[in-house]
Amino acid sequence: MMSVLEVRGLSKSFGGVEAVADVSFGLARGEFLALIGPNGAGKTTCFNMLNGYLGPDRGSVKLNGQELVGMRPRRIVRMGVGRTFQITLTFLSMTVRENVQMALIAHHRRLYDLWSRAAQMFVPEADALLDLVSMREQAGRPCSELAYGDLKRLELAIALAHEPVLLLMDEPTAGMAPSERVALMELTAGIVQERGVSVLFTEHDMDVVFAHAHRILVLNRGRLIAEGTGTEIRENALVQEVYLGGGTVFAREGDDA
Amino acid sequence: MLEVVNLTARYGRAQILNGVTLTLAQHEVVALLGRNGAGKTTTMKCIMGLVEKKAGEIRYDGRSLMKLPPHMICRVGLGYVPEERRIFPDLTVEENLEVGRRPPRADAPEWTEDHLFELFPNLAERRRNLGKQLSGGEQQMLTIARTLMGNPRAVLLDEPSEGIAPVIVEQMAKVITELKNEGLSVLLSEQNLHFARAVSDRAIIIEKGALRFEGSFAELDDRPEISQQYLAV
Amino acid sequence: MGFYFAQLLTGLANASSLFLIACGLSIIFGVTRIVNFAHGSFYMVGAYLAYTLVTTLPAGIFGFWFSVIAAALIVGVVGLIIEVTILRRIYHAPELFQLVATFGVVLIFQDGVLAIWGAEDLLGPRAPGLDRAVRIMGEPIPEYDLALILIGPLVLAGIWLLFHRTRWGVLVRAATQDRDMVDALGVNQAWLFSGVFVLGAALAGLGGALQIPREAASLQMDLSVIGEAFVVVVIGGMGSVAGAFVAAVLISVLNAFAILIFPQISIVLPFVVMAVVLIVRPYGLFGKPGSEHGGAAEPEQPLRLMSSQGAMVLAALVFALALSPAVVSEFSSILLVDVMVATLFAVSLHFMMGLGGMVSFGHAAYFGVGAYAAAMTVSFLGFGMLPAMAAGPLAAAAAALFFGWFCVRLSGVYLAMLTLAAAQILWGVVFQWQDVTGGDDGILGVWPPEWASDDRVFFYVAFVACIGGIWLLRRVAHAPFGYGLRGIRDSELRAEALGMDVKLHQWMGFALAGAFAGLAGAVFAFSKGSVFPDALSIAQSVDGLMMVLLGGIHALAGPIFGAGVFVLIEDWVSRLDYWRFIFGAIILVVVLLAPDGVAGGVERLLRVLGLRRGDAA
Repeated sequence: MMSVLEVRGLSKSFGGVEAVADVSFGLARGEFLALIGPNGAGKTTCFNMLNGYLGPDRGSVKLNGQELVGMRPRRIVRMGVGRTFQITLTFLSMTVRENVQMALIAHHRRLYDLWSRAAQMFVPEADALLDLVSMREQAGRPCSELAYGDLKRLELAIALAHEPVLLLMDEPTAGMAPSERVALMELTAGIVQERGVSVLFTEHDMDVVFAHAHRILVLNRGRLIAEGTGTEIRENALVQEVYLGGGTVFAREGDDA
Repeated sequence: MLEVVNLTARYGRAQILNGVTLTLAQHEVVALLGRNGAGKTTTMKCIMGLVEKKAGEIRYDGRSLMKLPPHMICRVGLGYVPEERRIFPDLTVEENLEVGRRPPRADAPEWTEDHLFELFPNLAERRRNLGKQLSGGEQQMLTIARTLMGNPRAVLLDEPSEGIAPVIVEQMAKVITELKNEGLSVLLSEQNLHFARAVSDRAIIIEKGALRFEGSFAELDDRPEISQQYLAV
Repeated sequence: MGFYFAQLLTGLANASSLFLIACGLSIIFGVTRIVNFAHGSFYMVGAYLAYTLVTTLPAGIFGFWFSVIAAALIVGVVGLIIEVTILRRIYHAPELFQLVATFGVVLIFQDGVLAIWGAEDLLGPRAPGLDRAVRIMGEPIPEYDLALILIGPLVLAGIWLLFHRTRWGVLVRAATQDRDMVDALGVNQAWLFSGVFVLGAALAGLGGALQIPREAASLQMDLSVIGEAFVVVVIGGMGSVAGAFVAAVLISVLNAFAILIFPQISIVLPFVVMAVVLIVRPYGLFGKPGSEHGGAAEPEQPLRLMSSQGAMVLAALVFALALSPAVVSEFSSILLVDVMVATLFAVSLHFMMGLGGMVSFGHAAYFGVGAYAAAMTVSFLGFGMLPAMAAGPLAAAAAALFFGWFCVRLSGVYLAMLTLAAAQILWGVVFQWQDVTGGDDGILGVWPPEWASDDRVFFYVAFVACIGGIWLLRRVAHAPFGYGLRGIRDSELRAEALGMDVKLHQWMGFALAGAFAGLAGAVFAFSKGSVFPDALSIAQSVDGLMMVLLGGIHALAGPIFGAGVFVLIEDWVSRLDYWRFIFGAIILVVVLLAPDGVAGGVERLLRVLGLRRGDAA
């Protein structure tokens, strides 16, 4: 099967310290791929190279065969790479609907329109996206009033406005209650399946990872140390040692580095 | 000694405390457990007056801290070690300690620079280095030492093991035990259960800004569903 | 050779005073994050106090130096009073509030000094014992200059010792790096801040007091020194004392030599150096990236389109304005033109500041460029009024495109400082380039053509230009472009993740705001019949800021109310004696008591009355 995303030999050092070293993996269409590892393992650096915020020292990132390395972040967005942030980032001075409308306006390249009324543009499309994440009833509320879980869902709708082929989600359930986590990931998984979007996500909540990821990559000290299904990863001795911990149910974060 | 009753607070929009209740007795080490975003840091910042509180009560020796500014809360004898290791990067180790220095108090052990350098030998070697030149572990030690310079009776330690090498975490455990032996009380927020268990007398678990469990580690072990629900990964 | 050496020494002597005032400003900014416009006033008061003391006390070496130090100490006490009564309340306010509040203090001091010392310039006696010149390499060098050259490094060394050898100094440096942490360690910030402010004020007072043997104390010295002091602070890196010293020496010495080659350059040079330094090192020579912003503003409410009732009320008001020449006196109709010009200017400033989050301390630059371009189109090219009114905004847009390219690379206070520098450069060019701009004499005879010469007819010209401009800017605010600007202000990272070109968008927003300020300037030129360099001055920029502030920065309607209220107050107050004092007091009252502005209050009222749509859901 042709990969949507092909990462080959991705490497980055900061002041002589290898943050990401020779990372290679592929991501198939419609696949839900988790990237896990201890704090400081290089997950964020990896993400930032895929987004274009950091230039890798070596390696290549190909989206549907096209090289992304060297492109500016906004160009990569236009190529179909959407993202959600670990700490939600929305336009707080706008309503829920306007946030989605802004994404649609940007997607349709109408940002330099000086005349149309932004609040009246792409309303049906925005509402359809809000329906998708069950946020339609809150469409007119100012974003600054939303609960955290709702902001996360809004972020998902914003990311989908770009009709991405690949969605990068940085700790999508961080800061959410356990029940909310499950709901958000189920919602995401459903949308992914329906729209054929591929997702790469980082996550600290192993319940979320094992329940939803089709495949899991484990990063430690900048290197991929394991790759496989949930069962394979759970049983991997090395992963247990550096990340999952010895037999207990706790991920011993912070014990590395 | 320290009592928090039904505290509610806002911090940005994301973290909200919905009625946290906890107590810290003299010479006691209490672990405040919970996941990322459960409200541990907000609870600590609230106690120190660094976050706007909405309702509830915080008492220290029977005296309300709700309306006091941070520096007054510090002066009643509460020391605070923040999670992000907020050392002063352009000050030397000695100057960092100087900022924390407060007059000795009758009801708490007195710390001197020399005494602290014994406790943290790494810092002694680097006393003239700037804060930003220290490693992560050394910076964590420095924040603790800086707080101790204020001769507190109780210390709030926010995630001291976060992002620190195991060998330093072990050293940290020794330091906390040492503090307890000196007569201090410690409220420790942690994600690392092993570390918390090694140093604490009691555990408190919060989730979504509210209390979910309070008791000894033995009790916690007897109820695995609790840790699975609120701590497990 | 001797001549050049003498020139170098003059430069170094000038650097001392500049360093004293700039380092005080820098220390205050480092700890309190306040850009203190009133720092020039401390300098001025220091000079006047020293004059009085020197001329009252018995002459002699002791009398002179005692006077200088006493003046500095008194200014320190004045600084303490200001800090405790005013600044302490606004440490967590957005930078705009702080700036305008300190400018209110500037106005109060200007009239206070006028009342106490009168309007005449006062030149102090020479310093006893240092009143002669020595010959160095054949050139006469005033002894007093040599003393000044020594005093600068001595003060620098003193401050260094204070900051590195005393507990207080360590606390101050710690607070510069992390204020809240210092608080949590048991240090009372309030007293630390007061102490820092007193030190900074006293240093400025010392700088002023030391000037009296060289330069007459005058009522203009506050604003003329503050621009240069800002530049020194920014070049050195905000909060850095050593940086302030290096920058003061750099500017003063460069200046001493540059005037040999090109005498007119002295006004512009510091700002050019600053622009170059900021492009290479965005945080100045010794500065570090850090919290360059003031306090965070409350999350803003979403823009709402007006309800039909609201639109009707507005239409009725505009209609009434359109009919006004038929009813009101000629004088009132001229005043209404002033209001419309001010409103367009304020709306254009609000566009980049309120919507775009780019605080400008120098928006008058584009107002002035528009006014001069219009005036020059008439007086040099001989075109009529309508082409001139088109030339105004075009020239202003060109200037805004040029300076905006540099400005949008920075953010927060640094961006604001660079806009100020840009405005001062343009002001300097206009002021110095006598042949083209008429310099101080301005350009006269910029009258409307015959058909529009009647005040009532011109009212309609202004009406179309200004109300049309305001309407266009509001339209853009509600359009994707305006939403995009707001989005970037809310979250630059999110905007980028949507695929927006953040810098390009801000640059275009800057240029658009400049163009409409230019249109306001063009109308202004024809309404007054003349243009003077004042149109680009700091005071004009601050007028705009005050209008926006009076109206409340969060409301689109804010600048409209603000400008109206401002012009009416100005019209009333400026007829009184000591109007600056009254005006400064009004500013302080607004900043301290009505932080969401006049329009904020009106907006709330409208919502209560149901003239504005509630939540659409």
